[in-house]
Amino acid sequence: MDMNTKELKKNAFRVTKVRGVTSSRVRVPGGLLKAEYLGKIQKIAETYGNGTVNLTARQGFEIPGIPFEKIPEVNQALQEIIDGTGVNQTGKERGEGYPASGTRNVSACVGNRVCPYACYDTTALAQKIEKVIFPNDLHVKVVLTGCPNDCQKVRMGDIGIMGMTEPQFDPDRCVSCGACIKACRSKSVDALTSVRFRPERDSYKCIGCGECINACPDLAWTRSQKKYFRVTLLGRTGKKNPRMGVDFIKWADEDSIIQIIKNTYEYTRHYINPDSPGGKEHIGYIVDRTGTEEFLRWALKDVHLPDIAEVYTPLNWNGVEYAHNKYFGNQRYHENGTIVTDFSK
Amino acid sequence: MGYIADTSQFEKLFSYWKEEYEIWAPRRFQGGGRFSDTDAVRYARVDSPSEIEFEEKSAYSWKETVFPPSETLFYFSQNHVEEAEAPAKKRLVFLRSCDLAAVRRMDQIYLKNGDPDYYYARKRDGLAFVLIGCPHTCENGFCVSMGTNASDNYDMSVDVTDGAYYIDCPQEDWSRKLEELGAAPAEHKPSRVTENKVSVRIPDNLTYEVGKSTMWNQYDKRCINCGRCNFVCPTCTCFTMQDMYYDADGKVGERRRVQASCMVDGYTDVAGGASYRKKNGQRMRFKTLHKVLDFRERFGYQMCVGCGRCDDICPEYISFSHIINHLEEGMKEAQADDNSK
Ligand code: SF4
Ligand code: SF4
Ligand code: SF4
Ligand code: SF4
Ligand code: SF4
Repeated sequence: MDMNTKELKKNAFRVTKVRGVTSSRVRVPGGLLKAEYLGKIQKIAETYGNGTVNLTARQGFEIPGIPFEKIPEVNQALQEIIDGTGVNQTGKERGEGYPASGTRNVSACVGNRVCPYACYDTTALAQKIEKVIFPNDLHVKVVLTGCPNDCQKVRMGDIGIMGMTEPQFDPDRCVSCGACIKACRSKSVDALTSVRFRPERDSYKCIGCGECINACPDLAWTRSQKKYFRVTLLGRTGKKNPRMGVDFIKWADEDSIIQIIKNTYEYTRHYINPDSPGGKEHIGYIVDRTGTEEFLRWALKDVHLPDIAEVYTPLNWNGVEYAHNKYFGNQRYHENGTIVTDFSK
Repeated sequence: MGYIADTSQFEKLFSYWKEEYEIWAPRRFQGGGRFSDTDAVRYARVDSPSEIEFEEKSAYSWKETVFPPSETLFYFSQNHVEEAEAPAKKRLVFLRSCDLAAVRRMDQIYLKNGDPDYYYARKRDGLAFVLIGCPHTCENGFCVSMGTNASDNYDMSVDVTDGAYYIDCPQEDWSRKLEELGAAPAEHKPSRVTENKVSVRIPDNLTYEVGKSTMWNQYDKRCINCGRCNFVCPTCTCFTMQDMYYDADGKVGERRRVQASCMVDGYTDVAGGASYRKKNGQRMRFKTLHKVLDFRERFGYQMCVGCGRCDDICPEYISFSHIINHLEEGMKEAQADDNSK
C-alpha cells in the first residue's frame, strides 16, 4: 500500500497503530458547533469508521477506524461540517477536506454566552483568530478562557488569552455593604480595602476578574466598556521540558492580541529548525534558541497596546526538565541545583 | 384629555418640561449590566424621550429619584454645618403603575410617620408623575393581586406604539401645551394588565405566629443575604447614616444617608456587638411580615406593591410571591403546633 503520510497528516488524518487504518480529526474553533453537526459526525463514524468518536483534548472530534480507501468519501462528507464550523479551507478544493493540521484547534471555554464570570465572548474571538491563523502547518496552540478562573487552562498553550474587565466604580451607588471586598478577598486577590465606607481598588493587584462587579447588589461596580485580556506565553507539554505559560501582558486589547499572534507566526516561520522531526518545533524551543529578546522584538512589532497595558519583564519559564533529572539511588538533582531525596525508595 | 402625539411633538413637550423639571426615567445602560455584554435598566436623568426605556421594567425602582442609594445630607467642619445643595429643579418621573402605587408607601414612611423627613420632602415637593402604560405583564410581577395595576393618580400617562405616543393628560397646563403643539385629540386610557403570570393570596388570618413555622428555615442556607431584594424594592425605605471624615482627626467631613437592607449583615447590630436576627431565615421572616402584615396593621393597606423586582434580581432564585403563597400553610403549621402543646 502506498500512502504519502505527510500529505495524509496535513489533510487532518492520522497514522495509527493499525496499518491502512486512519482517523479523521474534526476542527471545532471555539468549541461550539450547531448540534446538527453532531449527527453528521455520527454518520461518518458509523458509515466509514468503527462507530465511535473521540472527544479530543482541544475540543475537536476524532473519528477512528477509517480505512485509507475511504478518505475521499470522508472528505466529501466533512464538507458540510467544515462549512458549518467556519473553517477556512484555502488550499484545498471543496470536498478535499482540511488543508492543514499543524496549527491546532483554537479552543475556548464556554465564555460569556453562558458563564456569568466570563468577561467576553470567547467563542467569537476564537473563531475570529481561527480565520486569521488557519490553515497553517506550524504547530501552534492558541487557547482562550473567559476569566482568570482559567477553566480552559490557557497556560498550557503557546498563546493564552484570559478575559479581564476593568471595574468601574460609581460612588453614588455604593451602600457600603462590603460584598465586593469580601468577594475579592475570598475568591480572588484581595485587591479591595474599605476606605471611608467605600471600596478602594489596588489596580496593581487587581486581576480584572469581575468578582466585585458580580457581588455588588447595587451596580456600584460595573464592567468597562472595553474588554481586556491577560496574555500568557509559551506554555507546553511534551517530552523535553513541559512548562506553564508565563504572564506576558496584562490589560491587552483584542487588536494587539491578533497582531501578536500574526507576529508570532512570522517569527516561527523565520526561525524554525527546518530539520526538526516532522517539521514540528514548539515555539518555546525556538525561543530557547534565539533568546527571549529576539522573540519579543518580533512579537511586539506594530502592536499598539492600550495605555493601561502592563508588559511583564523579564519572562522566566522553568518547568520540568526530564533530561536533567539524574537519579542517584533515592536521590536526584533538581534542576535548580538542590538534591531531592525520595524516601519511598 | 387624551391625545396622540408624534415623536417630534413629544420631543417638544419634553423640552417644555425641561424648563421647569429635571426628568427621571428608566434608562438602558448598554453593557451596564452585572454580567458581560448585558444591559442594565435603571433610573437616571434623561435628556430626551429617546433615552427612556419604555419596554422593559427597570431592575431598580423609581425610588432612586427621591431616595438615592447614597446621598450627602450636609458637610461639617468644627463649628460649621452646611447643607448639601437642594436639587435645582423639580423632578418629573416616568414610572409604571406599581411604582406609582409605591409612591404612597414612601410618603407614608417619610412624610406621615411622625415629623416629615426634611431631605425626602425637599425632593418630593413638586414631583410630577408620568405613568408608563403596561400593555402586558412583566415576568414576576403580581400587581393585580396587590391591587396596584391601575394607579390613576398621574399627571399624564403615555403608551408608546410604533413611534406614536398615546396620552391621557389630566394636567391642564400640559394639555394646553399638547394642543398648542398640534397633538391630535383622542380619548385614551393607559393600558394596564388585568392578569399576571403570578398571583398571590395573603391569608386573612395571618399573624406573627407564622414566624414559628419551619417555612423560614430553608432560607438560612438558600439566601446569601446580599440585599439585592431590598435595594431594588420600591417600598423599602430603610437607611443608615455615615459620618465620613476627610481628615484623620475627625473634624471635617460630611454626613451621608445610604440605603440599608434588613437582609445584609450588620442591619440589626446594636451597641455591645449583639445582633437580633443572625439567621437569613429570620431575616426573611422579618422582611416578609413587614411587607405583608406589619405595615398593613399600622397604616391599613399593604406595603408590597407586587412589582416582582425582588424575584427578578435574586441570584438564588428565591421568589417572594412563592413565600407569600406559603404563608397559609405556614399559619396552619404554626397553629397545629400550638394546639399540640
Ligand atoms: S474560565 Fe471563567 S468564563 Fe470561562 S467558564 Fe471558567 S469561569 Fe466561566
Ligand atoms: S476585578 Fe477581581 S481582582 Fe479586581 S477588584 Fe474586582 S474582584 Fe478584585
Ligand atoms: S458591593 Fe457595591 S454597594 Fe457593596 S460596598 Fe461594594 S461597591 Fe459598595
Ligand atoms: S436577593 Fe435573594 S439571596 Fe439576596 S438577600 Fe434577597 S432573598 Fe437573599
Ligand atoms: S417586596 Fe418585592 S414585589 Fe413587593 S414591592 Fe418590594 S420588590 Fe416589589
